[in-house]
Amino acid sequence: MIYDEMLTDLGEFIEEELGNSVLSFSVAGSELCVNVKRDDIVKVALFLRDNGECLFSVLVDICGVDYPDREERFEIVYNFLSLKHNNRVRIKVTTDENTPVPSLCSIYSSAGWFEREVWDMFGVLFDNHPDLRRILTDYGFEGHPLRKDFPLTGFEEIRYDNDLKRIVYEPVKLEQDFRNFDYLSPWEGVGKVLLPGDEKAEK
Amino acid sequence: MMEMMDIKEDVKEVDEVSSSNIKSYTLNFGPQHPAAHGVLRLVLELEGEIVDRADPHIGLLHRGTEKLIEYKTYNQAIPYFDRLDYVAPMNQEHAFALAVEKLLKIEVPERGQYIRVLFSEITRILNHLLNITTYALDVGAITPSLWGFEERERGMEFYDRVCGARIHSNYFRPGGVAMDIPKGIEGDILDWVDNSLMRAVEDIETLLTENRIFKQRTVDIGVVSADDAMDWGFSGPMLRASGVPWDLRKAQPYDVYEKIDFDIPVGKTGDCYARYLVRMEEIKQSVRIIKQCVENMPEGAVKAESNKITPPKRVDMKMSMEELIHHFKLYTEGYHVPAGDTYSAVEAPKGEFGVFLVADGSNKPYRCHIKAPGFAHLQALDFLSKGHMLADTVAIIGSMDVVFGEIDR
Repeated sequence: MIYDEMLTDLGEFIEEELGNSVLSFSVAGSELCVNVKRDDIVKVALFLRDNGECLFSVLVDICGVDYPDREERFEIVYNFLSLKHNNRVRIKVTTDENTPVPSLCSIYSSAGWFEREVWDMFGVLFDNHPDLRRILTDYGFEGHPLRKDFPLTGFEEIRYDNDLKRIVYEPVKLEQDFRNFDYLSPWEGVGKVLLPGDEKAEK
Repeated sequence: MMEMMDIKEDVKEVDEVSSSNIKSYTLNFGPQHPAAHGVLRLVLELEGEIVDRADPHIGLLHRGTEKLIEYKTYNQAIPYFDRLDYVAPMNQEHAFALAVEKLLKIEVPERGQYIRVLFSEITRILNHLLNITTYALDVGAITPSLWGFEERERGMEFYDRVCGARIHSNYFRPGGVAMDIPKGIEGDILDWVDNSLMRAVEDIETLLTENRIFKQRTVDIGVVSADDAMDWGFSGPMLRASGVPWDLRKAQPYDVYEKIDFDIPVGKTGDCYARYLVRMEEIKQSVRIIKQCVENMPEGAVKAESNKITPPKRVDMKMSMEELIHHFKLYTEGYHVPAGDTYSAVEAPKGEFGVFLVADGSNKPYRCHIKAPGFAHLQALDFLSKGHMLADTVAIIGSMDVVFGEIDR
């Protein structure tokens, strides 16, 4: 709990120092999470790295999360680690398919591949990235696999063609339709499902 | 080293006007090459034998683990973690288990925590044995791998005895471990550590540490300063070899690491040799941890006593209707994790292995991002090998301890 208070103090400090760039912050489960404006991410990262109270010298990771229902569907999550203060902070910005996020490559060398991965998996663009190529998917791959509207099976499958003596790409053919079991029948009782006659109980 | 490489040369004349006779050319290293430690394709731009630029092409082992996990219940996701870094499976299960436990707000019984720490450390030894010995193989020594692999096999027997599989264990679960360790295994572990493993480690050490050829190949190769190591997001032995005393087991202890007495080896020079020394010392520290775990392990339950999250005992399931229902629901629907997100990391043998888990209250993760230490390390290959000889690139890749299961995910 003392640790939570410390994180709250740190969150307040960041909010105070960065003013309008910070939209909100929260502390949940001993983890500090700060939502910032997309266009100010470079300023925020620079502050986090160099300010004496922060000293987040390591950019641990960048990842995306896709929420198709939101207006700006992608959330880009930056994980920072301070070896000096033994702290972590999570910075979140939001964006959509067309709006680029400023790249952090000039501040953290490690951002290079992390941003390439987010571009590859979600199709989020990064401004001023020196080398924004795909990284994990195949050469010539189309689409962004971790988007929620990308099917689990993908669109293409490959096999070795013995006549052509090379790999050929073909549309995915499933012997059986893809089944996604959810087993969401509720654990205790039937929950919100209205069975015939249930309305009488309400009266 | 050059003769050993089955390299397809793609000679491209770049600078014909230059007065020297050295042609700069592009060279394709891998994806099938013994020194690439897996399926790494490296596009090297060389000036003679000096590396000008190294561009790793990764993703040849990409299986879409993160996407697959979104379609599986929480327990079904665990086996995917074995298949990331397949040299250190249990440490990765550990990270996922910790993340889920954090969102579920459940506690693991002490015995379960001790077992997890015990096996995390056995895994660390197995990982370092593989890395050190194959590294020696890369730079010209065959014998260590013959000795090391024998010990690795003995270590994996303990895996086999607790979970029935040598490698893909699926043993750690949110809430504890799948089942208790069999009787008598503690004694056998101690026996292995003292009478077999430590002797092999000492032998390997005698063979390598002061070996003239080994030192020629590793000392002052791929030097990283502490600031550069942080800038490139290094963790684990890569960071410690550069003189940064940072280990999550000490800094942000999880499970019972707090109660265990061990030291963190830190290198001074930040070169390939320092990374070797750090790993060697970590094996010895892991042995210390193993001994304390065996000594202090209490009796009791190995998984959280919550029927909604951990499965009932087999006997109870056969005898009680209620437990049968619990069992059925757990293995079909699974359990629901309250909405929220968390980043949980463990000190895996290769560095910080983290899981960023977003739960939406259903029985499947909404998003599960995996932070693999090797991804950040391999990224720095260009920075590390610039200006070195081609053969040094091999030494650098080996010292990074890359495994493509975790890098490509």
